[in-house]
Amino acid sequence: MSDELIARVAAVIAKTQHIPAESVTIHKTFEELKIDSLDGINILFALESEFDIDIPDDEARQIRSVREMVEGIEKLLAAKEAR
Amino acid sequence: MNSNRRVAITGIGVVSALGPTRDAFWRGLIEGRSAIRPMELVPKGAVRFPNAAEVSGFQSVDYFDDKDAEVLDRFAQFAVVAAREAIAGSGAEFRNGMGERTAVVTGSCVGGQTTEDNEFRGLYALGHTRFPPMTIPKAMANAGASRISLDYGITGPVFTISTACSSGNHALGLAFWMVRSGMVEAAIAGGSEAPFSLGLLKAWEAMRVVSPDTCRPFSRDRRGLILGEGAGMLVLEPLDRAQARGARIWGELAGFGMSSDAHHITQPTAEGPARAMRAALADAAAAPEAVGYINAHGTGTPSNDATEAEAIRSVFGAHAEKLMVSSTKSMHGHALAAAGAMEAAGTVLALRDGIIPPTANFTEPDPACDLDVVPNTARTAQVEWALSNSFAFGGLNAVLVFRRID
Repeated sequence: MSDELIARVAAVIAKTQHIPAESVTIHKTFEELKIDSLDGINILFALESEFDIDIPDDEARQIRSVREMVEGIEKLLAAKEAR
Repeated sequence: MNSNRRVAITGIGVVSALGPTRDAFWRGLIEGRSAIRPMELVPKGAVRFPNAAEVSGFQSVDYFDDKDAEVLDRFAQFAVVAAREAIAGSGAEFRNGMGERTAVVTGSCVGGQTTEDNEFRGLYALGHTRFPPMTIPKAMANAGASRISLDYGITGPVFTISTACSSGNHALGLAFWMVRSGMVEAAIAGGSEAPFSLGLLKAWEAMRVVSPDTCRPFSRDRRGLILGEGAGMLVLEPLDRAQARGARIWGELAGFGMSSDAHHITQPTAEGPARAMRAALADAAAAPEAVGYINAHGTGTPSNDATEAEAIRSVFGAHAEKLMVSSTKSMHGHALAAAGAMEAAGTVLALRDGIIPPTANFTEPDPACDLDVVPNTARTAQVEWALSNSFAFGGLNAVLVFRRID
């Protein structure tokens, strides 16, 4: 997990949620950031545009924290790279 | 005004993915046959979910002359076709002043979506600079209601309700109250929907609530809803009047209750639906213990089904153990504004025939939906009272109560 990737994901979450970027750290859960299910799909939408990837619904549903989100994106970027 | 009138259902019409008639619909439901298939109305692969419950093989020419077909969007055609079946079967007539004392109340969630999508594509993508002049009256949400009133000379209250997935139940509930109160002597009510435009499906895709395979309400492995289309229409009349004219009586619409969650624009609560169910039972003066069957909203999304089960338990307490609760959306899909109307038809037919339609595509129980969901196979059961639930995005809940009439 590169710092750059974490920073990009955090920036997207912060922008979508209209919260300060520094509040979105790798240790935060979505609950702590007050991200509900509808916020969650807005974030997924923004991340898909940011990284030019498709995030499948089933995988997205399991994500509950910033760390899990970054890990998921990392996996999808690796898969995209491999294509 | 007479607020004590009982209200009979004297006509039922259905257009659904199970077929273009009431009989095809009912046969499909009691066979537990799911009409969820690969989508044909939009290009393959254009959205992430491949399946839907489309009314395959529906051809305008089978029901309308060329000129009418051109000015009626698919959702309005469904409304008219279902209304024709319901009215023809009821034997209701609108001459001699009856037209003035009859209402048409329809539900529509997205109106003439396919018409708009098609014309907007022409404008934005194909360089068209002009629209066909009938685009506005074709796409308006009341197009179906207005056409029914025109075809039958119904000149009383005619209007359309839009409350997303509760539209059909809100339409039926209000029409029922209008007949019960004596405001009108008859009503044609229900809902219709034709949501398969690429533009709208892309929006559904972004909501991440549509299942990538099929609709498995109340199953532990459920993955979301499956969109459907079609229409359901009922003819409502005062019971005494229907009996006096010797009409065929399918059942009684006995109560209606509604509520709003005021909680979240998409996340459901158990409290809101529970209040609507209690209000409907109170309106029908029915004891919870008298209810034998609930046609659930049961969309197949992880959150709806668990919340609905919780709401049912909170209303019925220990009696919840004795209830049969099925979601027929597993067979006809979630037809949005038409869903409540189709499910009303299914519920009335279940009471009349003594057959409870199942929840199809059921795989394994979910402890969060621990009710008798009538998995996969219809069940023979004599039930006097039944509920039909509809809950909408926006937190709007509408519940109907039906009673068997022998």
